[in-house]
Amino acid sequence: MKKSKDDYLTIFFISIIGIYIFIALAFPMYAILSKSVENQDGIFIGFENYQSYFSNPALVYSIYNSLFVSIITMVITITLAFIFAYALTKSRMAAKGMFRSIAMIPILVPSLLSGISLIYLFGKQGIFRELLMGYEIYGPIGIIIAEVFYTFPHALLIIITALSIGDARLYEAAKVLRSKSVRTFFTVTLPSAKYGVISAAFVVFTLVITDFGIPKVIGGQFNVLAVDVYKQVIGQQNFEMGAVVSVVLIFPALLAFVVDRIVQRKQVAILTSRSVVHEPIKNKKFDTIMFIYCSIISVFILTIIGMCLYASLVTFWPYNLTLSLTNYQFDLMDGGGWDSYYNSIRMACYTAFFGTIIVFAGAYFVEKSRSVKTGRSILHLLSMMPMAIPGLVLGLAYIFFFNHPDNPLNFIYGTMAILVICTITHFYTVSHLTALTSLKQIDNEFEHVSSSLKQPFYKTFFKVTVPISLPAIFEIGIYFFVNAMTTVSAVVFLYSSKTNLASVAVLNMDDAGDIAPAAAMGMMIFYTNAAVRIIYVLITKKVLVKFQKWRIKTA
Amino acid sequence: MKKITTLISFVAVFFLSLVNANAGSLTVYTAIEAEDLKRYAATFNEDHPDIEINWVRDSTGIVTAKLLAEKNNPQADIIWGLAGTSLMLMKGEGMFEPYSPKGIEKLDPKFRDGDEPASWTGIDAWVAAVCVNTVEMEKHGFSMPSSWEDLTKPEYEGHVAMPNPNSSGTGFLDVSSWLQIFGEDGGWDFMDRLHKNISHYTHSGSKPCKQAAAGEVPIGVSFAFRGARSKAKGAPIEIIVPSEGVGWEMEANAIIKGTDNLEDAKTLADWAITQKAMEMYNEAYAVVGMPGVAKPVEHFPPGLLDAMIKNDFEFAATNRKAILAEWQKRYDSKSEPKS
Repeated sequence: MKKSKDDYLTIFFISIIGIYIFIALAFPMYAILSKSVENQDGIFIGFENYQSYFSNPALVYSIYNSLFVSIITMVITITLAFIFAYALTKSRMAAKGMFRSIAMIPILVPSLLSGISLIYLFGKQGIFRELLMGYEIYGPIGIIIAEVFYTFPHALLIIITALSIGDARLYEAAKVLRSKSVRTFFTVTLPSAKYGVISAAFVVFTLVITDFGIPKVIGGQFNVLAVDVYKQVIGQQNFEMGAVVSVVLIFPALLAFVVDRIVQRKQVAILTSRSVVHEPIKNKKFDTIMFIYCSIISVFILTIIGMCLYASLVTFWPYNLTLSLTNYQFDLMDGGGWDSYYNSIRMACYTAFFGTIIVFAGAYFVEKSRSVKTGRSILHLLSMMPMAIPGLVLGLAYIFFFNHPDNPLNFIYGTMAILVICTITHFYTVSHLTALTSLKQIDNEFEHVSSSLKQPFYKTFFKVTVPISLPAIFEIGIYFFVNAMTTVSAVVFLYSSKTNLASVAVLNMDDAGDIAPAAAMGMMIFYTNAAVRIIYVLITKKVLVKFQKWRIKTA
Repeated sequence: MKKITTLISFVAVFFLSLVNANAGSLTVYTAIEAEDLKRYAATFNEDHPDIEINWVRDSTGIVTAKLLAEKNNPQADIIWGLAGTSLMLMKGEGMFEPYSPKGIEKLDPKFRDGDEPASWTGIDAWVAAVCVNTVEMEKHGFSMPSSWEDLTKPEYEGHVAMPNPNSSGTGFLDVSSWLQIFGEDGGWDFMDRLHKNISHYTHSGSKPCKQAAAGEVPIGVSFAFRGARSKAKGAPIEIIVPSEGVGWEMEANAIIKGTDNLEDAKTLADWAITQKAMEMYNEAYAVVGMPGVAKPVEHFPPGLLDAMIKNDFEFAATNRKAILAEWQKRYDSKSEPKS
């Protein structure tokens, strides 16, 4: 068949996005893999680096530690998040919206901020240090508490989705059969949410094992893989070994990723078009218990944030408790001063703008284009990859790739552009999935009709697809913005004097012992993200109504 | 079609605008304490208002790592204030543009590279010291330490913080000085015993002192300058100069080979060892590279200068990698089970 002008255009755009992903992901990953089998002079030495890595007991011990905190955190977070999600979906308790908003707070701050807060709460001068009964907050206990805080909303979102698809017809059947509520829980609720829970568990596991901010701040001498990468590179100047630990770190993340993909596929299968949404019935005792439970979790989250807010305002903890704004004088500290805050905002805006365009266009071609089947599946596969790559590893890979003198793209090293590209790539997959989900809801008939009317595809794209998908597009934008504000791991190797970032400043100020200013900068990130979220809610409520009128059923 | 072309060119322009050109200014890598950077740049600009300084500051280990990482594609124009041992290491890698700044003959010979022209010039020295929080010590009923050996007393178990030498220049100078004071075997034996008392190793050299100042740990192995600063802020700390002598390290400058701004870099290298610059360093550092300039610094403990050991930098620089590897093998896994 002769290819039409449309086909060529499609091929052209798929190639552009494909090339982008290759440059931003595939080539750097190749660079880090090859670095791990080279010596310092760049000569191939096979698996010698790996041998010396596995012969060092201290480093191998980190693998054990990493698995330990990741699994414990996974169990705790999933349990807590499941009950919370259960309360939100299956009870009729009051203040559901408030609880849900509070539970989302951890997403708005850099992960390490919770570690800083724990130091103020449970450190040697902490307000509640007696509660630990002599145990040290520095080490696994601190890491696990902080990681639970950090991963809670991520798990919650997935489990809420899983629980809300529970089919009401099954509940009805259970009721007719006079099944006890406990029995209903185990035979109806749990099985239908099973895949969501497994998926959430792996997401939590991956987040923890690849997180480097929290163990760095509150880990004490408890070494984990992610911090080892940082120490090898920054402390020992041993890039090859950093590459080796990175490759080791990819494995558990990759495994989790594969399991998650398999599970996700099954999850979709149990949702049929005939499912009916389950509406919980009122049960005073149950609702009260759930309300109390959610209140306790909310108090925990608010305490962590509140402590940071307070600590950032205290003049000299713990000897001078008068309140002042001394800690907000960032220009006198490490981390790049107020400039780093403005840089972060710029970076977040660029990331949201370009990221949304690239991701949405990419998802569009994967889902909707009518030609080049192989190109589309390759594009989809590449889009799923970033999920399995820890940010720290991506950042290190970017040094190897972009700072190579023979690389024609070498000029972007040390600029804002490399930070934006790295961040877009790091958070590509989730955005890609959001876009895909939204695009799948649009009937392919639109494409077919426009094709038979001999309309170029981009006309349908701008006139139909984009307006319908506006909610998803905004969501992707906000996702990029918030994550660009909080990410540390992906950019910690890549910032330069002109592109210091607020999140990295939090890390560096804590590193230099200035924890109060670190808390203050963390709070600035929180205020910004919270403000952006609120604006987003207002926009979706007001402006989107115009484009989304058709969604509202007219009675 | 036209719409799309416009869109693409818009995107391209946006991306290009993210890439900043970098002319008329110097990118300066440094490990000087953050709060001094503005003052240093301002003082320099009094004499050279046309040269803009872009600081890249981090802990010694981190700046060193960054410079080595960028060896084939240098981002820095000049180093102003980084540990001498790191510079010696980088000189060996051929990363510097040899240049003897004007007035180099006025420096103490210890504070310059022996070759002609010199690859690096020293500006000041920072000296190890122990920050002790008096409030916390009293709370625990501890006696004050007066020597390194005292820090290994069983009563301090879990109450001492020190910097990790892998990332911190201060940590490295501590370790290399102990190996010189106590001898190789005696040094490791001392660290074995000290290790039992360590609550945690920090990434930065200032952190143990800042933590001592905040009462997070009673005893912090750090450096004198940091202690003096915290004391000036009203922290209840005492700065102890251990009786066996204290290690020290100089901060030095070097021009990066391949800089596209060699003229300005030379101007800065010249200026950074003038008397005016030395007086500027002296506001914080008790020892500067030009003899006869330094005046006593407020809050510095008495007897600090006499306690400075005769530091063998050659030893420290050549054995850096081996010492760090040995240290990591012995102590970098505090969390391993006790059994």
